[in-house]
Amino acid sequence: MKYLDEYRDGDIAAKLVERIHKVRTRPWVIMEVCGGQTHSIVKNGIDHLLPKGVELVHGPGCPVCVTPLEMIDKAHAIARRPEVIFCSFGDMLRVPGSDGDLFSIRSRGGDVRVVYSPIDCLKIARANPEKQVVFFAIGFETTAPANAMLAWQARRMELKNISLLVSHVLVPPAIEAVLSSAQNRVQGFLGPGHVCAVVGYTEYEPLAQRFHVPIVVTGFEPLDILEGVLMVIEQLEQGRAQVENQYSRVLAREGNRPAQELIAKVFEVNDRKWRGVGMIPRSGFHLRAEFRDLDAEERFSVQTIDTMESEVCIAGQILQGIKKPHDCPAFGTQCTPQHPLGATMVSAEGACAAYYTYGRHLKDADLVTLGGARG
Amino acid sequence: MTTGRMDESEQTKPGPFGECPLPIFEHPQIVLGHGSGGRLSAELIEKVFVARFRNPTLEKMDDQALLEIGGARLAFTTDSFVVTPIFFPGGDIGSLAVNGTVNDLAVGGARPLYLSAAFILEEGLAAADLSRVVDSMAAAAQNAGVQLVTGDTKVVNRGKGDQVFITTSGIGVVERETQLSADRARPGDRILLSGYIGDHGITILSQREGLEFEGALESDCASLDGLVAAMLDAAEAAGDVQGVRVMRDPTRGGVATVVNEIAGRSRAGMLLRESLIPVRDEVRGACELLGLDPLYVANEGKLVAVVAPRIADRVLAAMQAHPLGADSRVIGEVTERPAGMVLMRTGVGGTRVVDVLFGEQLPRIC
Repeated sequence: MKYLDEYRDGDIAAKLVERIHKVRTRPWVIMEVCGGQTHSIVKNGIDHLLPKGVELVHGPGCPVCVTPLEMIDKAHAIARRPEVIFCSFGDMLRVPGSDGDLFSIRSRGGDVRVVYSPIDCLKIARANPEKQVVFFAIGFETTAPANAMLAWQARRMELKNISLLVSHVLVPPAIEAVLSSAQNRVQGFLGPGHVCAVVGYTEYEPLAQRFHVPIVVTGFEPLDILEGVLMVIEQLEQGRAQVENQYSRVLAREGNRPAQELIAKVFEVNDRKWRGVGMIPRSGFHLRAEFRDLDAEERFSVQTIDTMESEVCIAGQILQGIKKPHDCPAFGTQCTPQHPLGATMVSAEGACAAYYTYGRHLKDADLVTLGGARG
Repeated sequence: MTTGRMDESEQTKPGPFGECPLPIFEHPQIVLGHGSGGRLSAELIEKVFVARFRNPTLEKMDDQALLEIGGARLAFTTDSFVVTPIFFPGGDIGSLAVNGTVNDLAVGGARPLYLSAAFILEEGLAAADLSRVVDSMAAAAQNAGVQLVTGDTKVVNRGKGDQVFITTSGIGVVERETQLSADRARPGDRILLSGYIGDHGITILSQREGLEFEGALESDCASLDGLVAAMLDAAEAAGDVQGVRVMRDPTRGGVATVVNEIAGRSRAGMLLRESLIPVRDEVRGACELLGLDPLYVANEGKLVAVVAPRIADRVLAAMQAHPLGADSRVIGEVTERPAGMVLMRTGVGGTRVVDVLFGEQLPRIC
């Protein structure tokens, strides 16, 4: 299939792996920032192709994972209300709050709907004028333009029965938090391709300079990721620390200007709590004052909800690349996608869930076979 | 009935006071995932149903029960059909209800003979729509050579159903010396697939409200009895009808769920090759867009077979010579280890585990 097969070619992959072997002279730790990249790496077994000593650690870029538990509980409190049609991206539905998930709310009569685009909420709101339509607006910079467009259109169409529960987060402050941590092991980054397609990568240049780390903005197909890894290692071996663009077929340095303008009209930067990580200053978006009447938190007054996270869970350390999923004693035993204890097990893009789904919870004996099956 | 592999810890173990009479089903309500064909479905079937009806036939957990009555080997199966929309490109709920049950009999090595059909109709359903569904059932039954010999209808209040629900049961006769069961896969056996995967599931998805992509894609809804007969003829001609060890039609839960069931029941491993699994561009495109994996998407006219290596080529040739199997391929083989697990060599040369999903596949955010 065009635009897919070219980026999944086994022969080219083997050549890239060979070049990585040639270029690398010592061990390196590289973080892929984005959950979509983590998913692709584990799904395609890319980490198994890399030379020993090139370690990929998985970053905080899974929007469902980092949405704080109290925000999930707020969503559930709103979704339980009889006058509400609660709309969400699909992978949010199975994320457990303090009492069940959105699927269980639906089974008890709540009107919870999966939308593929935030704009679908406009249609639902017009078709159900007696109902309150609430959209769970989560995500990184990638989903911000579409979420902003929902608020913009709702205002333009004067729809009174629509609101947004906003839990937006931003990548650069998270990278800064990872690099500022005393326990940081990360030496180079695969930057988030789709985030940068929206906002560009100028914001990453000061980070690369200040912390002296290479950041290669990278795509999501197997060959994208292998090429991104190669570009990071080349920089590391040469002692360079620049922002480079592997994903140039999709994005340019400045990103998508009209999208940025729309975001700026609807959202403004604020402090955000990240699940598993904690408060990061100026790391998210909320609605600007002009759009605050579309804020579901205010419309349904659900401001104060206290929550408790599991004490066993090490999601915070995993999201910062300090530990791997199988370093956790609960991984695959107490904590599974069926009964997630924390952030990184809840979404398909979370590192723990990806490891679990693609069999990384196997015992050593089985993993030996897995390795042996390679050829 | 279908089931996924279950962890040891999920099965009931005798405690200090003997065996617990019924396993604990911890969901206070049924959720949609219980109908997904994944791990939640398996849990529902095991803990609520099998626990109460336990018997050797049921415990085989094949798509059909194989019964010996008066010296005859009969296959018996039942299936309920709920689909929105009821008419879709390539079929409708009527053809689905006939072909689904015919296929569950056929993959047990049976010649399908008789069907029953029970209809739950929602008040307000257009009579013309019902006639169209029943016409389609009649055509499908004629095509598969089965007779509908008994039935039932009920009408429920508007809003208590979704236009029409159909339950069909079927009986067939097993005339060959086949021994088909999910526990018969052996290391070295080949895994055969009869064609492109995911057509049905993506067709239905594309017809649903809110998903406005278009294409020429059609459901693969078809009766597989002719294809199965051609495969068993070839195996018989090679003198080894029992060399066709397992056949399954990968409906909800898709190919991934079916091969996991076989691996689990046979306590063998499976190694699939991603590059050999045929997926149409339309299906791949939709799956890429929505973050779905075609391996878990439903099919209604495909089969997966595990065949002894000695006769695999001949069975494959017979499949390819049949109109419903023209795109058949060997997609992998049965291995000794890791027992009960499915591995896949990915297109770029990595290896990953293909597990059973927990519930239904959810579209990813970005």
